[in-house]
Amino acid sequence: MENVLQIIGIENYIYLAILLFSVGVFGILYRRNAIVMFMSIEIMLNAANLLLVAFSNYHQDPQGQVFVFFTMAVAAAEVAIGLAILVSIYRHIGSIDIDKLKNLKG
Amino acid sequence: MNTLIALAGLAVLILVLEIINLRKTIVPLTILGLLAALGITFCDVQILSDNYNNMIVETNFSKMFSSLFIVITIFLVAMSQDFYKEQYEKISDYISLKIFLLIGAVCMISFGNLTMFFIGLEILSITLYILAGSNPTKIKSNEAGMKYFLLGSFASGFILFGIALIYGATASFDLNTISNAILNPETPNFLSLGVVLVTIGMLFKIAAFPFHFWAPDVYQGSPTITTASMSTLAKVAAMATLFKIHAIFESYISEAFTVLLICLAIVTMFVGNIMALKQDNIKRMLAYSGISHAGFMMIALFNTANATAELFYYAAAYSFASIAAFAIIIAVCKNYKDEKIKHFKGLGKQNPMMAAVLTMALLSMAGIPIFAGFFGKFFLFDSALQSGHLELVIFGVINSIISVYYYFKVINQMYSQEAISELPETNHSWIYKTVAVLAILLNIAMGLCPSSILNLF
Repeated sequence: MENVLQIIGIENYIYLAILLFSVGVFGILYRRNAIVMFMSIEIMLNAANLLLVAFSNYHQDPQGQVFVFFTMAVAAAEVAIGLAILVSIYRHIGSIDIDKLKNLKG
Repeated sequence: MNTLIALAGLAVLILVLEIINLRKTIVPLTILGLLAALGITFCDVQILSDNYNNMIVETNFSKMFSSLFIVITIFLVAMSQDFYKEQYEKISDYISLKIFLLIGAVCMISFGNLTMFFIGLEILSITLYILAGSNPTKIKSNEAGMKYFLLGSFASGFILFGIALIYGATASFDLNTISNAILNPETPNFLSLGVVLVTIGMLFKIAAFPFHFWAPDVYQGSPTITTASMSTLAKVAAMATLFKIHAIFESYISEAFTVLLICLAIVTMFVGNIMALKQDNIKRMLAYSGISHAGFMMIALFNTANATAELFYYAAAYSFASIAAFAIIIAVCKNYKDEKIKHFKGLGKQNPMMAAVLTMALLSMAGIPIFAGFFGKFFLFDSALQSGHLELVIFGVINSIISVYYYFKVINQMYSQEAISELPETNHSWIYKTVAVLAILLNIAMGLCPSSILNLF
């Protein structure tokens, strides 16, 4: 059976992953809603996952796919912590706008 | 590897102790367990070994840094006993989180595979997110946790993408295979992009310019004991890991990137020191001073072959001085809402011992002889001269001079000003005093016989 990766070409996967990663980066830099920022972080991590899986298939090597499982577990743990902190903030200031967090200054 | 297993067992044991109602024994048992782990780490310091398909590689480097981390954690755990007095029912969570932090640091320092590096980094970071936001009744702690979380995971995203590109170029996560592959001229050129992304992520973690802006806010808002662990354990772990990664890819990275890193090191020193001049909150001041210390430690990156012992010496000197300083800060600022420098007015008369220890810690950070900080800087500058980077030495010396000003500002407040209020004397502050005195004694001992540390490598 012909490998779909060879038909599409590995470069296109790399371009797509870089595009998704940039979407994530710009989302964090420009959006001020904490939930949207969390989603942007997830997009960044998933861009990396996509790249890992593509390379794993390209090299015919399972290590990359195993790594993706680790990343997914880590990403889940990370977002759980982030949401917990966000809930705690919402109880204090009644908003999830990052720009309203201005108590720390020097 | 034995260290890692022992520490993981200890962390689980702490959680079990809470379940079987032995809450009072947690702190003493943890300290004993950590001392045992230190023994395990230190006793087989000369054996090189790799375990579990090269996932963990134990070298002299990793063992020495692991020992340092364990010693720092012993101090932090000892201070937790009193620091979390008001929420003593949660002490098992706090202590086990500190041990998990240590596990992350040990993983990061002894990785032989990029998987282990990423897992270690994430264990370290996620634990710190929790600890930074661990005072949910205070908005400042929440804000610190949130800022640290956003920027920390942003940096993790960069590191992960970098790892994916390195994997794509070399077809392996294993460090040995990677270091062979980078010598092969046919390796695709996006490998360099991967290396740059990983370096950027690590610069975030050590708070180097231009990725330093989170550090002052997070250090100020977090509970003080978390600030102490961030500025010692997390910073040193990230710095040593950056050093290790840099050593692997050193033959591959281009001349221009090295020049860029040299500029970043110099600017990091300047930004940290100049911003520290105008701070009136001592935690914020120490955050900026930590940024400049990260700049100093980056000097070791440009002589990876010979600067290992020097980096270790500097990191240990800085960590012990920081632990001593933070112990005193916790003891003094316990009954205040914030940590303004003016709270230290008249400490020299009220409590000469605490004032003396804080003075010595700050003098060590400023790099005044006898204390280990001076020799740390001296050895780093020496290693820079060996590799022919005179500019780093010149700017390093200028920065040492600038830093003396703000350290002496605090010392001046302690000795020449009158106190505005009585120092609250509680019978528990002996813990902080003991920790501070032990840490500063270690620092002075290192300063008196530096060769005993350098010869361990």
